[in-house]
Amino acid sequence: MDPSFYLIQLLNGVQYGFLLFLVASGLTLVFGIMGVINLAHGSFYMIGAYLAFWLGGLTGNLLLAVLIALPIAFAVGLVVERFAVSFLYERSHLDQVLLTYGLILVFNELQRILWGSDVHAVPVPELLSASLPLTETQSYPVYRLFVSAACLVIAIALALVVKKTRLGMAIRAGAANREMAEVLGLDIDRLFAIVFGAGALMAAFAGMIAAPIEAVAPGMGDSILVLSLVVVVIGGIGSIKGAFLGAMAIGLVDTFGKALMPEFSGFLVYGLMGLSLILRPQGLFTRET
Amino acid sequence: MSDHRAVVLILWAAGLLSLVALPSLVDEYHLLLATKIAALAIFAMSLDLLVGHAGLVSFGHAAYLGAGAYAGAMIAPEYGPAEVLFSLPLSVGVAALLALVLGAMCLRARGPYFIMATLAFAQMVYFGVNDAPWFGGSDGRLIDSRPVVGLGETVLLDFADPVAFYLLTATALVAVYLLLRRLTKAPFGRAVAGIRVNEDRMRALGYDTYRIKLAAFVLAGALAGLAGWLLAYEAEYVSPALLDWRQSGLVLMMVILGGRGTFYGPALGAATLVLLEEVLADLTPHWMLPLGLIVIVAVLVLPRGLAGLGRRGDHA
Repeated sequence: MDPSFYLIQLLNGVQYGFLLFLVASGLTLVFGIMGVINLAHGSFYMIGAYLAFWLGGLTGNLLLAVLIALPIAFAVGLVVERFAVSFLYERSHLDQVLLTYGLILVFNELQRILWGSDVHAVPVPELLSASLPLTETQSYPVYRLFVSAACLVIAIALALVVKKTRLGMAIRAGAANREMAEVLGLDIDRLFAIVFGAGALMAAFAGMIAAPIEAVAPGMGDSILVLSLVVVVIGGIGSIKGAFLGAMAIGLVDTFGKALMPEFSGFLVYGLMGLSLILRPQGLFTRET
Repeated sequence: MSDHRAVVLILWAAGLLSLVALPSLVDEYHLLLATKIAALAIFAMSLDLLVGHAGLVSFGHAAYLGAGAYAGAMIAPEYGPAEVLFSLPLSVGVAALLALVLGAMCLRARGPYFIMATLAFAQMVYFGVNDAPWFGGSDGRLIDSRPVVGLGETVLLDFADPVAFYLLTATALVAVYLLLRRLTKAPFGRAVAGIRVNEDRMRALGYDTYRIKLAAFVLAGALAGLAGWLLAYEAEYVSPALLDWRQSGLVLMMVILGGRGTFYGPALGAATLVLLEEVLADLTPHWMLPLGLIVIVAVLVLPRGLAGLGRRGDHA
């Protein structure tokens, strides 16, 4: 195997890691700040992908479809927060897990009712459909590079918002000590809604830009959710940095595993999680237990 | 108090009587449905040991159900019946072993990490069974016939008869219930409950809480394996759907809907959910939608479950 093979796998792994990060960061933020395990988080990814498929088909333009779909996804997030998740803040993790499990059943079935059980493909936008030649025989699709770049921009923006802005300060305060932040005059309800909506938005966006490279299919939200949970377990609840490192580790291990030893690739990711649980049961980066 | 005891006795008598009388009252389809309910009731009770008693919320309990079911299906001969006395202990043992390995890792995590870790490892088992070449993939695997108890060439008990297999399952249900009730009164059960209430204090008292939790986890896994074995032979078919995380969610729902910490509550929850599924699936192919809504509403309005309807809060 030549070096270009490894380069391609590396690029794919990083790109997959970035997508995972977009989903997992929302999951870990909602958990860290709001104290809610939201199993329905993967559903936002699924919703994003199906919106891209549906609106992309209607408009014939993926960029336009994404621009229309983003506010819809944000609105779905706000509705879910207001009418389901907001009842869970004082409830046990068990209740949270169960209620959001019920939400998944509802979302998955709505998806089947609206779009059926078929697997759909979304065409890569023409502007980005070229490939960069690596060697005489191998090339790399520009669209995948675009996905990584887009995710990188969002990751940097997220880090800047959390570190530098007033909203980010409120988010960090809410994560560190909810009661204290509330006493000091933060509007916690509004903050929670924004965080949850933003998490849903990022997951949905990941689904939208993933639609042309992954099959748009029923159950796609479930598999990304489980991998995101693995990322959160490895990275530590509430930690964006942990989510990033965890997502990259999972993305690379999964991609290289599939390429080098396909029989065991399913186990590698979980083996990594097992190792992480043995070495750091509370995740790589955690402030509190 | 003696009134209460009389009521319990009458309920027991009525319950046992209806279990025994059922085969003469219903047709074969409904008898198999009852068998399925009894097997899932064992499954739900095994999870109740973790959720209701140890305070360990496992979102991956289907892995052990599936391990027991697949172990039973894999050693069943291509033609003819398997031997119960060999097949059943094997299923229980495989499930217990899996629970030992995965539990040892998951139990290093606490609280929400534990929930996520159990879910993720159960998915690992699911993908392992679904993708590996020798388990029949997503199509699953058919079992030729229900098992027998034999001595050499002579068959002593043949469970090919649905009534016999139903009675076996019902007996297992009662036995598991009694075992779990007995266990919660024994020192081990008290220690498990103590860990739920305050693990740090139990550790300060000198209990090795990790080991006790692991023992409870393995026992719950073994009983789930028993349920899986029964379920596999009830349907004479196994498929990866048994191990799916929806199954883990569903059994958690049975425990919560029924009322955690009571054992009979989760059994009741199993019956409710299976019958609900029967009714809903008859009405619409999209029965998951109303089921999901029912789950959501149940969590919001029935925090203590069906078993909590009749009484007031004596269980935290």
